[in-house]
Amino acid sequence: MAETLYTPIVGAPIAEGASDQHMVLNMGPQHPATHGVLRLVLEVDGEIVVRLYPEIGYLHTGIEKTCEAKFYQQVVPMTDRVNYLDPLSNNLCYALAVEKLLGLEIPAKGQWFRVLLAELSRLNSHLIWLGTHAMDIGALTVFLYTFREREEILRLFEALAGQRMMTSYIRIGGVSMDPPLDFMARVQAFILTMPEKIDQYSNLLTGNPIFRNRLKNVGFLSAADAIALSVTGPPLRASGVDFDLRRDMPYSSYEKFQFNVPVSNDCDCWARYEVRLIEMRESVKIIQQALDGMPEGLYSAVAPKIVLPDREKMKTQMEALIHHFKIVTEGFAVPAGEVYQGIEAGHGTTGYYVVSDGTAKPYRVHMRYPSFATLQSLETMCKGRMLADVVAVIGSIDIVLGEIDR
Amino acid sequence: MSDSLEQDKNLLDKAAVLEGLPEHPALKAILAWSPDALTDAKFDRGELTLTIAEGEIRAALQTVNAAGYNFFEDMTAVDWFPSTPRFQLSYHILSHSFKERIRLRVLLQDAEPVVDSITSVWAGANYYEREVFDLFGIRFEGHPNLRRILMPDEWVGHPLRKDFPVEGYR
Repeated sequence: MAETLYTPIVGAPIAEGASDQHMVLNMGPQHPATHGVLRLVLEVDGEIVVRLYPEIGYLHTGIEKTCEAKFYQQVVPMTDRVNYLDPLSNNLCYALAVEKLLGLEIPAKGQWFRVLLAELSRLNSHLIWLGTHAMDIGALTVFLYTFREREEILRLFEALAGQRMMTSYIRIGGVSMDPPLDFMARVQAFILTMPEKIDQYSNLLTGNPIFRNRLKNVGFLSAADAIALSVTGPPLRASGVDFDLRRDMPYSSYEKFQFNVPVSNDCDCWARYEVRLIEMRESVKIIQQALDGMPEGLYSAVAPKIVLPDREKMKTQMEALIHHFKIVTEGFAVPAGEVYQGIEAGHGTTGYYVVSDGTAKPYRVHMRYPSFATLQSLETMCKGRMLADVVAVIGSIDIVLGEIDR
Repeated sequence: MSDSLEQDKNLLDKAAVLEGLPEHPALKAILAWSPDALTDAKFDRGELTLTIAEGEIRAALQTVNAAGYNFFEDMTAVDWFPSTPRFQLSYHILSHSFKERIRLRVLLQDAEPVVDSITSVWAGANYYEREVFDLFGIRFEGHPNLRRILMPDEWVGHPLRKDFPVEGYR
C-alpha cells in the first residue's frame, strides 16, 4: 500500500524498503516547518522514523550557470539571492575570492568595515533562525521579538545599500559607496541594546520546560559523523569540534579581533541552540571592537579599472567617466587561475570556487554553501526518533533552501 | 608550516613545488604513497593544487585523509569544452589541525567519464557527487544513490556543460 501512495517520484530509494507495517509519509515541500521548499520522504513505523530522504531542487535556478554569462561585478547581485538571510556574507565571500584572483589589497578600514557588516549579517541570520526555530517548537512569542531586532538590522542595511535584503553592498575592491554619515552611530545605538535583547530571548526560552524537553537529547550528531558528513558552522561546534574559520584561517582582518568560539560537547539540538545564542553575543562584541578600533583611510581600494568611480567624480572628471564607461560596458579582465575562498557565514562555511580564463567573465563559479552539506546529516540525526523530533532537528540545523538549491 | 606558505610565493610547476614545499604534509604523504600518481602540482595565490592521475583519486584522498586533511569541504567540476581533457574535478580538503586547505585535481580524458566515488572515504561527498553527476554528467562508480539531485528526474542533458544551450526551446 505504501508504494501506491508514493508513485509520483519514480524510483525514489525509500519506497523500495517500505514494508507493510511501515508507512511512507510525505512532508513538504509546502510545509511551514521545512523552512522553504524542502521535501522529506519519511518511512515511519508508527511514530518512529525508520528512514528519511530529502528531495531537494525545488528552488534550483541555475545561478552558477547564470554567473558564467555575467561580468565579474555583475555576479555580486546573484550572490545575495543564494542565501537571502545572510546577504553580506555572500557578497564578502565572492568579493574576497575575486580579489584573491586579482591580487587586490583592500584598505584596513574597508576590511574592518566588512567584518562589521558580516557580523551584522550573522546577527540577522541567527535572529531569523531563533524566531523560526522557537516557532516550530511552539513558542510563538519569540518570533515577534527577534523580528523586532531584525527589522532594525534591515533598516541599517537599507540605509547602507538602499535595499533591505538584497544588499549587494560589498563589491569587488571594497564597498559600493561610503556608508551614510550617521551609520556608525546607529550601529552603536543598536548593539548597545542587543545584549539585553538576547537576555530577553534567553529568558523566554532557556528556562522554558517545553522548549528544553523538545531539544534536549534530540538530534544527536557525534563529532565523527559531523566531520564525515561535511557539517560546518554552529552544528559542527555543537558536536564538539572546535573549529571556526574566523579564528583558525582568518580573512578580512579577523585576526585583529578578540572573540570566543563557543563549543559544546552535547551534540544535540539544545547544544546547537546554546552555541548560536553565545555566537550572537560574540558577534555583538566583534561589532563593538570594529566600531571602536576602525582604522583611518578608505573603504575601497584605489583601483580605478576595477572599482567604479564616485558619482561626483564621474560627472566632473574625464578619467573617471572613461573608467566608469569601460567597467560597465566591458568589465575588467581577471588573470587566469583558480581560487577557493571560504568564510564562516551564519550557517557555516560558505565557499566560492572561481575559475578564470583571463577574460572579463568568470569561466566557472561554484558556490559551496553550508546547508547543502548539513542537510545530509538529517537522516543520521532523525533515525529511530519520533516524527515530531524531525521538526526540531530541521530547525536546529538552520537550513536555507535558497542555498541548497541555488 | 605556515611560515613556509607565504601568500606571494608562487610555484607554478611540479618541480618548483617539490623543491619549495618539501615539508608539506599532504605532499609528503602523496609522495610516500605513490610518486607516479602525482602528475602535476602548483602553489598559486596561497593555494596548493595537486593534480592526481585519473583512477587514483580515491586512494589519493584516502592518503591525505590519513595525513591529517580530515575534512571534505567541497568538490565540483569544470568543463573545459572544447579542449581535451574536457573535464576537471576539484576537491577541496581542509585540515582542522593544520588549519589549511588543499585542492586535489583530476583531469578526465574520457568524453563521458566515469570516476571512483569517494563516498567510502567521506560520506559527505554523497550530495556533491550527485550534483556533479546531475549538472555535468560525470558518473561516479560505487556511489550508493547516483540520481539527479537539483534538476527534475526526467531532465535531458547536463546544464553546467559548456555545450548545453542557454537559450531557445528545448
